[in-house]
Amino acid sequence: MEIPYTVKARPDTGLWNAKVGIWLFLASEVMLFGGLFSAYIFLRLGSWHWPHGILNIPIGLFNTFVLITSSVTMVFAWASLKMRNLHKFECFLGITILCGFIFLGVKSYEYYEKFHHYGLIFKNEAVANRYRAEVEAAGGQIKPSIIEGQFEVTGHIEEMDEETMKFIPDSIHSSEPMVQIISVLQAVTGKKTEHGEAVVFQQDDVYRWGPFVPHYSSYFAIYFTLTGLHALHVIGGMIVMAYFWIPGRKLYHTDPEHFTNRVEVVGLFWHFVDLVWIFLFPVLYLL
Amino acid sequence: MAGDDAVAIKSHLKFYVGIFAALLVLTVITVVVSYIHLGTAGNITLALVIATLKASLVAAFFMHLSSEKTTIYRLMISALFFFLVLVFLSIFAFLDPIRN
Repeated sequence: MEIPYTVKARPDTGLWNAKVGIWLFLASEVMLFGGLFSAYIFLRLGSWHWPHGILNIPIGLFNTFVLITSSVTMVFAWASLKMRNLHKFECFLGITILCGFIFLGVKSYEYYEKFHHYGLIFKNEAVANRYRAEVEAAGGQIKPSIIEGQFEVTGHIEEMDEETMKFIPDSIHSSEPMVQIISVLQAVTGKKTEHGEAVVFQQDDVYRWGPFVPHYSSYFAIYFTLTGLHALHVIGGMIVMAYFWIPGRKLYHTDPEHFTNRVEVVGLFWHFVDLVWIFLFPVLYLL
Repeated sequence: MAGDDAVAIKSHLKFYVGIFAALLVLTVITVVVSYIHLGTAGNITLALVIATLKASLVAAFFMHLSSEKTTIYRLMISALFFFLVLVFLSIFAFLDPIRN
């Protein structure tokens, strides 16, 4: 059966069908991410203190550059097809897919870092105040937590037994851009990150502790939900692009305009994924 | 679309590179201003204004929304409307809490 209006415009809409299809899908995607952005606002407004400076901004900036680059190479891939240059198309689509891999690789590193980064919430304010001087002497600080009246310290666990916990607090400088860049470079070159002095906490003084996984706080819950869903979209886009890169391109030899339109559709999806990240980056990393 | 032929596309390529450069510059600006303290409301407003500007550039030019058909405008405007409804739902819930 011949599918109608894959190249020619339908008289009533003035568009080929797949274009209406992808935009309808993108409209539903707006609602999907819209609901989660709405949840983010709800959680943030309801929190006592919203964490700030806990994500690595330079690495997020790098990933933003990667996605924007992939968006422009996607446009070039489509434009190359319009100009009937299959070789250039392959090059540009290849770069786009590569950018997708880089983005996911960097994101995986960020997730890994968070899974090995800890937070510790004290039983109450009085207990937190008792440790304040000691934590500050070790170069760290005790901050208000997301839940009203509770205080937390972030860092790494060095040792623990049933009664005590040897904890290395994050430096007060850990959210400065240069410090964050150095920590990434150390991770890349395989050097062990220099941690400061340790503070010993009594287990009885700790209300709750754990790595930065979704259940640690509503901040990490919404962070992982939003970025995780976004990463799934990146993977989905890459699968479709990979299809058009190798097996799907045989359509080019029989119906180049139809193939160009298909690539335009995956391009529209890819730009949307980029567009979501444009909002995610400032919302999660900067604000 | 009127500008869809190969010659017109070729002349657009430089323009796409320009948009790319603008997006990179705006990204750097948004990071730099985030280190300047303008108050929570000020920083949020500024960051969202820049993000909206960047998103508009991507939508208008990379996604060709600047020269699209009415059907798609109608569709996306309704999606945008309901997106704003969702966002303001959360804000209104906060402004009008259940009191004990």
